[in-house]
Amino acid sequence: MSILINKDTKVICQGITGKVGEFHTRGCLDYGTQMVGGVTPGKAGQTVAGLPVFDTVEEARLQTGANATMIFVPPPFAADAILEAIDAGIEVVIAVTEGVPVIDMVRVYDAAKKSNSVLVGPNCPGVITADECKIGIMPGYIHQKGCVGIMSRSGTLTYEAVWQTSSLGLGQTTCVGLGGDPIVGTSFIDCLQMFQDDDETEAILMMGEIGGTAEEEAAAYVQEHITKPVAAFIAGRTAPPGKRMGHAGAIISGGKGTAAEKIKALEAAGIEVAKSPADMGAAMKRAIEKAN
Amino acid sequence: MKIHEYQGKQLFQQFGVNVLENRVARTPEEAAAAFTELGGAIAVVKSQIHAGGRGKGTFIENSEQHGVQLVKSADEAREAAAGMLGNRLVTIQTGPAGKTVNQVIVEAGCDIARELYLGIVLDRANKQPVLMCSQEGGVEIEKVAHETPEKIFKEHFDPAQGIESYQVRKLCKKLGIEGKTVRAADKFMKALCRLYVDTDCSLMEINPLVVTGDGGLVALDAKINFDSNAAFRHKDWEEMRDLSEEEESEVRASAAGLSYVKLEGNIGCLVNGAGLAMSTMDIIKTHGGQPANFLDVGGGANADQVTEAFRIILSDPNVKAVLVNIFGGIMKCTTIAEAIVVAAKSVGFTVPLVVRLEGTEVEEGRRILEESDVELVTATDLGDAAEKVVATLS
Repeated sequence: MSILINKDTKVICQGITGKVGEFHTRGCLDYGTQMVGGVTPGKAGQTVAGLPVFDTVEEARLQTGANATMIFVPPPFAADAILEAIDAGIEVVIAVTEGVPVIDMVRVYDAAKKSNSVLVGPNCPGVITADECKIGIMPGYIHQKGCVGIMSRSGTLTYEAVWQTSSLGLGQTTCVGLGGDPIVGTSFIDCLQMFQDDDETEAILMMGEIGGTAEEEAAAYVQEHITKPVAAFIAGRTAPPGKRMGHAGAIISGGKGTAAEKIKALEAAGIEVAKSPADMGAAMKRAIEKAN
Repeated sequence: MKIHEYQGKQLFQQFGVNVLENRVARTPEEAAAAFTELGGAIAVVKSQIHAGGRGKGTFIENSEQHGVQLVKSADEAREAAAGMLGNRLVTIQTGPAGKTVNQVIVEAGCDIARELYLGIVLDRANKQPVLMCSQEGGVEIEKVAHETPEKIFKEHFDPAQGIESYQVRKLCKKLGIEGKTVRAADKFMKALCRLYVDTDCSLMEINPLVVTGDGGLVALDAKINFDSNAAFRHKDWEEMRDLSEEEESEVRASAAGLSYVKLEGNIGCLVNGAGLAMSTMDIIKTHGGQPANFLDVGGGANADQVTEAFRIILSDPNVKAVLVNIFGGIMKCTTIAEAIVVAAKSVGFTVPLVVRLEGTEVEEGRRILEESDVELVTATDLGDAAEKVVATLS
């Protein structure tokens, strides 16, 4: 088992005729993902990377049986693309696009919650189940089938964690890039429950960062509902207040959302917090050993 | 993106939110003329900078002069403006260097019965915008939120609908607003919510919001930040942007498509990915060093962008060493390696350089660096890299 996606997941790419969409469609095909088509309005009938292109998601789903989508549509049209995927009944909607206006995401988040679709992102590297299915932009080869479920608000920091858990021989079940925006479709809490329910996942590693209160909410949830060992890392202990640190969501505002507050909440919930980004894999190992 | 109070008030007027009549002045003479034009017995001269705390703030050049001043004649307006314009105002939000005042507004006086606070922000936990009010107007709202959160009243609203009248009535009850002021509040708050949504604000604050002697509502201040992600649908933002308010190196970085924040330390950082960039700063600190900047070159940066990134980092005179930390995903290690070689030739490294590469095309990237004659220290992992870069300074 794994969460969200596996070897049977059939994937389309929205924005497949764009340079980035095509590049990563090929990357996913190379990894072994069952890519079955793409969508670009007005480009039906073309083929990209050997895959058929459709005008609408509805049509693509009917023709290919796709149950997941990865979205590379540019920011002005991204919210519309996500809503279209939800409307078409796509089960797992993964929005990679960076730069979607926040007010658009208020509307999209609401639509996603009222539907049966799971939205991951936007502004995320995607989701990968090791050796089975990669949907997104992460380098596939660093992943190794194993027992750790990984979830993160950051892209490259996730690669770092994957690398460390692979090097330590722990490996991963599924890695979920939640995204670096203030509003994202899937939260730490959503993911925690999925990992808790997944038989193959034995331990959970989470990477948070400054801004918002998602980590504090996750800490409270772990204490109440999660029996598997959990380790965490929070990026941005040295970040100054009031400055957006790359990610739209990574900002300390009004004195709230500091790394110190988050680390305190996580430790209070019994979560093993990595001392430094070089310590993430080791922290996961310590959490597992403590639990045994 | 931040804008000035006077720009915020122009938006308020467009959306039907009451403000006091005001004039922008860029010289003392203009300030004097503005006073005469407004025609009242009193007026207020207010420094325009992108920071709060102006009323209590004073100037480096003249510690007697405050950032906001009440004046009673054209001469006083001229004098106040002369004390502000071209000088550096230091407030609790500017840092010790202060900010140069390039323009002031001269604003009509008003009959203040009560001072309240009103703000709209995104509530990330609830995934909706929230309108917040407090009776504690005119003071530091962060302090109120921290010490007495029960004194802040909140109502969430759907961006498509805006705030509902019953929500305004609830807030009025808690604020002690009665009679015809409730009707004024209904119009006022609805207009603000519409402005927040239509202009893609990420923050909007009025502190103080004034109840006038005759029961009206007036926005005495206007603080507006925009969601930069929405710039593509607001062509007017470019005109409203005041580059003199921004760090020069940050403006340069954003023009090159790089995400850069200047800090106070001496170890320059070049990293791909925001989370990894923050983590790199953190681990430098853990090893006893101080990061000079946050810099995320992004996932798809090309050699030109990376070279520009090096130029920006090295243009900071505080930088005494540079740490490059790349975990190649979309970004290829070869791109970084080639950029390092180019930058070494065109920019010239006068400080020690520590490089840690991992990920896509790492072997080839390392080979490029080895075969070049660029002087650098290679590191195997993140911890090793931080240790080595801090060691170069001792």
